[in-house]
Amino acid sequence: MFDAATWIMLGEGLLDTIYMTLASTAMAYLLGLPLGLLLVITEKDSILPLPVFNRVLGVIINLLRSIPFLILLVWVMPVTRAIVGTTIGSSATVVPLVIAAAPFIARMVESSIKEVDPGVIEAAQSMGATNAQIVWKVLLPEAKPSLIVGAAISVTTILGYSAMAGFVGGGGLGDIAIRFGYYRYEDEIMLITVIILVLLVQVMQEVGMRIASSSDRRKN
Amino acid sequence: MQAQPIISIQNLSKTFHTKTSEVHALRNINLDILPGQIFGIIGMSGAGKSTLVRCMNFLEKPTVGTVLFDGVDLGAMNAQALNEARRSMGMIFQQFNLLMQRTALQNICFPMEIAGVKKEDAIARAKELLEIVDLADRADAYPSQLSGGQKQRVAIARALATNPKVLLCDEATSALDPKTTRSILTLLRDINRRLGITVIIITHEMSVIEEICTHVAIIADSQIAESGTVQEIFTRPKTAAAQKLVFHRAGEVQRNVGSNALRIVFDGTASSEPVIAGMVLEFKAPVNIMFADTRDIDGKAFGQMVLQMPEDPTVAEKMKYYLTTRGLTVEEVQFNV
Repeated sequence: MFDAATWIMLGEGLLDTIYMTLASTAMAYLLGLPLGLLLVITEKDSILPLPVFNRVLGVIINLLRSIPFLILLVWVMPVTRAIVGTTIGSSATVVPLVIAAAPFIARMVESSIKEVDPGVIEAAQSMGATNAQIVWKVLLPEAKPSLIVGAAISVTTILGYSAMAGFVGGGGLGDIAIRFGYYRYEDEIMLITVIILVLLVQVMQEVGMRIASSSDRRKN
Repeated sequence: MQAQPIISIQNLSKTFHTKTSEVHALRNINLDILPGQIFGIIGMSGAGKSTLVRCMNFLEKPTVGTVLFDGVDLGAMNAQALNEARRSMGMIFQQFNLLMQRTALQNICFPMEIAGVKKEDAIARAKELLEIVDLADRADAYPSQLSGGQKQRVAIARALATNPKVLLCDEATSALDPKTTRSILTLLRDINRRLGITVIIITHEMSVIEEICTHVAIIADSQIAESGTVQEIFTRPKTAAAQKLVFHRAGEVQRNVGSNALRIVFDGTASSEPVIAGMVLEFKAPVNIMFADTRDIDGKAFGQMVLQMPEDPTVAEKMKYYLTTRGLTVEEVQFNV
């Protein structure tokens, strides 16, 4: 169907996509996880009530989340250039991906942490636990299965965004699909990239769900 | 000699502010709980009893008033001192509140981890506690694999891990069936006797109070209506709130009896003697038992009966005297219909 060079290109595209997705997810979690935790614990009836801070943080996160990713991609180009030195290629795509994914991840983390029974937090307080101990020994471990499910959803969402970055010169499979499939009407390449992306999403989602459910002690 | 209270609550009030109104959850509470007591706090739901128990370990901070734990004012403590004080007060809950992602053993280790106990020591102590609560074989089970009663036993073991002086029980048996409730209450009594831990029990069920408490406070409308030994409150409830709890069924009967009825209270002094039968045999006159509700509390008979006395006033009078001399509290039934 394709010559060797095309296969090599597709293979590189796949690796680029995986690299962009995983690197962005990791960095976005570095920001999103603490932000999500803060969203929960600074609520009015939680362990570190800071209602004003909580509202401001909530608004900022909503603002970032409401910017369409393609717009954000273009908007943050100066920032990307300042950090990476270029606005083209896989590494450059990581910057807007992190900026777009971090607030999304913060909301995912928030909803996972909120699933932890407030009674368990109260029990920890009755034992004299500090807030840091509650976060490390109660909130994170108790929410772990839900956090992993959230990570599986986040990683597939980021994968989708990374493909979009192809439009503005980002690397990976999205870039190939746009350059060959869309601009040159090479339908086979379009099809194969879409199939690879679908498989990638399936695998990531499935692996995430398996890890989550095998680590959840509420069921087995 | 009066021992120093382990928990002393003085002029405590708690007000919750909502956007539109103020809710007075507790008003002017004064309560002394002495070491070694099993102290029951009973009231209808919404009476404020859960707030009261949370004030005892400052999970809720009182709006006014003081809480002294072992003579020290909790309100004057900094966060660290308060956390240390809390380690001297175990707490168990209606919904058990176990960590779902940890095994029974790891749950019991949890408060010790928080307190900085060495891991090996914590595990050894946790195993010991599992023996006490009779769950040694379920050490590696997760809460989802345990029954309600077993979960509460793990929670009790967890609450005892840091060698507390007090065990606070917030509706600890309300989610359990009657048989499991009894076994948990027996365990709490054992803990009280064997380890000398003061137990404070919040409940809405009079049967829980009767089963194990030595002392009781009745809380109604955010205030303490009455408090004292279970025996006192049970035999001579003074306030309407106390009477309602103690005589919740007798009250219905009393409206239906005719004149000449007596209410007899068994206060634990005349357990083995069949008094009513003895009286009937002695005077050869029948009485009609309109209502009877007696039970065994801590090995003594407690409860009450409403008797329709014979028509003959002299026999009735003699019978009344007979009952009084046998240590029973007797009173003419009041009609207030």
